[in-house]
Amino acid sequence: MSTDVRLTTDDGVVHEGDQSISEALSAYGNKIRGGELGSLPAFLGLIVLVIIFGALKGDVFLTAFNFANLLTQSSMVIVLAMGLVFVLLLGEIDLSAGFGAGTSAAVLAVALTQKGLPWYVAILAALATGALIGLFIGVLVARLGIPSFVVTLAMFLGLQGLMLLIIGDGGTIAVKDPVILAIENNNLSIVAGWVLFAIVVLGYALTSGRRILQRRSQGLTTQSNSLWLSKVIAIAVLYGAFTWQFSKERSLNPQATSIKGVPYIVPLILVLLVVLTFVLSRTAFGRHIYAVGGNAEAARRAGINVQGIRIACFVICQVLAAVAGILFASRDNSVSPSTGGSTTLLYAVGAAVIGGTSLFGGRGRVWDAVIGGLVVGIIGNGLPLITQQAGIQFIVTGLVLLVAASVDALSRRRSAASGRA
Amino acid sequence: MTSTSGSGENSSTPLLSLRGVHKSFGAVNVLRDVNLDVWAGQVTALVGDNGAGKSTLIKGIAGIYPFDTGEVAFDGEPVKITGPRQSNALGIEVVYQDLALCDNLDVVHNMYLGRELKSGVSLDETTMEQRARETLDGLSVRTLKSVRQVVASLSGGQRQTVAIARAVLWNSRLVILDEPTAALGVAQTEQVLNLVRRLADNGLAVILISHNMNDVMQVADNIAALYLGNMAAQVSKTSVNHQQVVELITTGRSGDLGLQQAVAL
Repeated sequence: MSTDVRLTTDDGVVHEGDQSISEALSAYGNKIRGGELGSLPAFLGLIVLVIIFGALKGDVFLTAFNFANLLTQSSMVIVLAMGLVFVLLLGEIDLSAGFGAGTSAAVLAVALTQKGLPWYVAILAALATGALIGLFIGVLVARLGIPSFVVTLAMFLGLQGLMLLIIGDGGTIAVKDPVILAIENNNLSIVAGWVLFAIVVLGYALTSGRRILQRRSQGLTTQSNSLWLSKVIAIAVLYGAFTWQFSKERSLNPQATSIKGVPYIVPLILVLLVVLTFVLSRTAFGRHIYAVGGNAEAARRAGINVQGIRIACFVICQVLAAVAGILFASRDNSVSPSTGGSTTLLYAVGAAVIGGTSLFGGRGRVWDAVIGGLVVGIIGNGLPLITQQAGIQFIVTGLVLLVAASVDALSRRRSAASGRA
Repeated sequence: MTSTSGSGENSSTPLLSLRGVHKSFGAVNVLRDVNLDVWAGQVTALVGDNGAGKSTLIKGIAGIYPFDTGEVAFDGEPVKITGPRQSNALGIEVVYQDLALCDNLDVVHNMYLGRELKSGVSLDETTMEQRARETLDGLSVRTLKSVRQVVASLSGGQRQTVAIARAVLWNSRLVILDEPTAALGVAQTEQVLNLVRRLADNGLAVILISHNMNDVMQVADNIAALYLGNMAAQVSKTSVNHQQVVELITTGRSGDLGLQQAVAL
């Protein structure tokens, strides 16, 4: 793989040639050694967990039925964690995101049942609720300068109360709207699943290919064709295998009901992943979020509206929490005062951190929420197969969170020592 | 490396000219009747002891704390600088001592921070990277391997270089550097001073604030010494020696130069 050419122009500046596969690997190795671990620990954790649960309870765990179940189980935590990434990037926290999801879900349920509104109005109402909550938190944090920890701790309690008031005396509101229920419980048709496959692979190949050509035409360093091609093939093979598995019958009792096809939740999460990643890495707004998280004073002097960025991130977090709330309502077929409570928030923060988003701000990606959410989801899915004791399940999950936070802290120290961020 | 031009009594019009500038904070007169001329293509060193008013003077030029009274002329035209935007619009850029860089962003991102180029909604990364590289090449910066390096991975001198390059990127005409060598080692100080000299040689006006007399004598074309809020003297470097500059800083006068009677304390 030696397509690499190192050009030294007459001004003495070293211009590197296109990056080959071996160079990409060694650059990645340098990053890891420098303490920029990214999603690597989460990825390794994912593989180790699948092997452990597969070895201990393979007959139940390693089935397509269980994996589809795992995806839908993880989806709420993943979406919630996506929102938290925006807040964590600023070095802030939103402890009320879980009950924000619950409150939005309660608004959704009330709109659907007691008001009899159509599903799209109910969804809009839920999202608007999230935006309002986020705006309230954002203004308190950015304008008044109250630490986000305190504001959202107060909101943690306040939203729990608001939820109780919205739900009312009944205690639980059943959600029967077929569209809402379909989000978590139905699947794409087989054809639609493969169309999605084509969109994912071609979409990646074309957008990344276009960028490579653009950079090459401007004489800038970029990936070599072989590196680009091997990435495209890797995505095609992995996502193809995934689609193929989910296209097969996975019902435990095929005579009674047939379950096949990629769950609806997969395209939903993919769309969120692509859109939010675009916002964070390809727009000025996203760049400013990183800047505020890295050095707020520098961002302010560069003319960035720091308060506006802070408020926007809390709004985004709570709107995504509202999306998670809709997923909760869909999955549970109901909304109760415990929706979004208990371990939800902890798991979502854990997911973002396990995925590689720093608790100290300035570093993180939306992708971290997906891979971290899958790790948390696998633990939640696999542990009950091994032990029924809730005590052990809590302890193990707590330990995984601690390990992730330690990896974050240690890699930060390491990168400080090696002069990275 | 040695300056060739550099007469304080330059015949051409100064790029920036302050006349009778005053600034007070409450009852404290920080700047009193200060005159200053800055020419394009020259490094003007602004020296003075702590509390002499150096920072207030440059913050006034940058529009952060506008002057109370006095005349400011830019390019021969009288101007009123009442905010940072106006000074930016004139082409005045300040590199502060803390550099104001984001460690978690790369060199290109930092150079364009807050003024990103866009194509549609998305960032125009290729153009930004190309122009950043051109700017660095134009300053003959050889110390940066890749403009896609994260700033946290750079040395102190390299960071200073990035901060200066960012100031130059915007067709700026006057660059103000606040103690650019204060935290640097010997080799890096040399690099940064070379860069400062090149800025002036490329036709920019440079104001250099420094406490280090060696730096000042090495790169400056003329020297403006502040003493307790008064401009003690602005002189061509060739007309003074090290000792005289130190006297101007510490006592406000040196022989015929400087304030003619003792300043009321």
